[in-house]
Amino acid sequence: MKKLINDPDAVVREALEGIEAAHGDKVRVIHDPAVIVRADAPVQGKVGIISGGGSGHEPMHGGFVGVGMLDAACPGEVFTSPTPDQMLEATKAVDGGAGVLHIVKNYTGDVLNFEMAADLAKGEGIDVEAVVTNDDVAVQDSLYTAGRRGVGITVIAEKICGAAAEEGKPLAEVAELCRKVNGQGRSMGMALTPCVTPGSGEPSFELAEDEMEIGIGIHGEPGRYREKLGSAAEVVERLATAIVEDLPYESGDRVLAFVNGMGGTPLIELYVVYRELHRLLEGRGITIERKLIGDYITSLEMAGCSITLLKLDDELVRLWDAPVDTPALRWG
Amino acid sequence: MSIGAADVRAWIGAYADTIAEHRVELVRLDTAIGDGDHGTNMQRGMNAAVEKLEATEGDDIGALLKAVGMALVSKVGGAAGPLYGTLFLQMGMATTGRSELDLAGWGAALEAGVKGVQSRGKAEPEDKTMIDALLPALDALRAAEADGASLGDALRRSADAAEAGMKATIPLEARKGRASYLGPRSVGHQDPGATSSQLLLAEAAKTFG
Repeated sequence: MKKLINDPDAVVREALEGIEAAHGDKVRVIHDPAVIVRADAPVQGKVGIISGGGSGHEPMHGGFVGVGMLDAACPGEVFTSPTPDQMLEATKAVDGGAGVLHIVKNYTGDVLNFEMAADLAKGEGIDVEAVVTNDDVAVQDSLYTAGRRGVGITVIAEKICGAAAEEGKPLAEVAELCRKVNGQGRSMGMALTPCVTPGSGEPSFELAEDEMEIGIGIHGEPGRYREKLGSAAEVVERLATAIVEDLPYESGDRVLAFVNGMGGTPLIELYVVYRELHRLLEGRGITIERKLIGDYITSLEMAGCSITLLKLDDELVRLWDAPVDTPALRWG
Repeated sequence: MSIGAADVRAWIGAYADTIAEHRVELVRLDTAIGDGDHGTNMQRGMNAAVEKLEATEGDDIGALLKAVGMALVSKVGGAAGPLYGTLFLQMGMATTGRSELDLAGWGAALEAGVKGVQSRGKAEPEDKTMIDALLPALDALRAAEADGASLGDALRRSADAAEAGMKATIPLEARKGRASYLGPRSVGHQDPGATSSQLLLAEAAKTFG
């Protein structure tokens, strides 16, 4: 596997130095422990929002630090949760006196490390609320697993909660909004190829030329099912049906549709996916009122996509449309 | 026979070496049912632990074990960071101020550590986790102690039980951690966390026995 890197052990640090050099107007980077912080943090009187996770999912989360979204992000090693000392540093750096929301994807490592960090931050007198996202419908029997994984809805929750915090909403309300977005969101992903972490140099799983993995997570882990490669229409039918029937999303519902690339799938294919999704939802009487298409929560160079739907109401539309100014998401 | 502070330092050093030797194997086990980073993460953490021990003076075993725990919490990441970090922090709490441990003292430390891991990770036996190596090792140690076994003998029985527990994870379906997402596809693979835990107890038997 070829990689455009200098040193497998220095990838995360060197990428952070690149982000610092490129986006110093929006963010500053603390290197030990590693944290990406909004340039003007802490914003007095505003709820701080932090997230974090393994590296290798760029632009998530560091690319979403800035006005109207995250106040800080903690990058772990590739596909490895960040550590409590990073999360504590981030929490302290963004606390403007109104408390701090931790948005945590439901992966065992992320949850355990954020729990330790919340204990430490509370010990220092900072008001912390944590919301765990778990929108992945590929995980069905959550009684016998670590529960549904947090995936695509995390990006949308960070945007919407960031807008609410910017409006001056208190911590309890921002946290409740985050739980609402998570509760009304569902996702599922698939892969055409595995990915290769810089540390291991080996593919994360083996997949034949004519096979695809359905129900993958975002860390190169294999999916729930392996099938013969299908057309974009068949893949979307498979993913979107599982998503729509899970919540369920019903005729008359307004949704935000998020077609996400896993890192190695070109935008032209994502638009083919979007075409199929649009037709399928239209056929079910579901209206796409907002959309996001592109690579936002990736798995290194994995080829594949995920689909996320969020059921919208007027408040969520307004918060989604509110201005955002981060390295990876910018409008208004 | 007893365990002194120098022995604890030697044990941590030996464990760091064995993790380095088994890194590829741990990565391979974790690639099969997880995300393939366990060996790399543990090696990074143990290197930090060894450095931290070198910078920690004195013969307070509790302080040494807590230093190892803090290094692991801040350097490993993933689920293994908080879990192994908690194991050593709790063992350190149970041995604060002690410069020597007999079999009962080691048993109390291990028990505190294993209970800490259970309460942090909420895993039950047969969930296919490190608990499946740690819990049988603790039980075997306590049983050996009740039999009036020597420290060395008890440590060997404890390490043997950890090995049996580790191997017994192969047919299990994972119910905790990332492997649980594979459902039945996790069957047939040895749990990487149980493997690194077995290595820890095997090194304890070799170093202290």
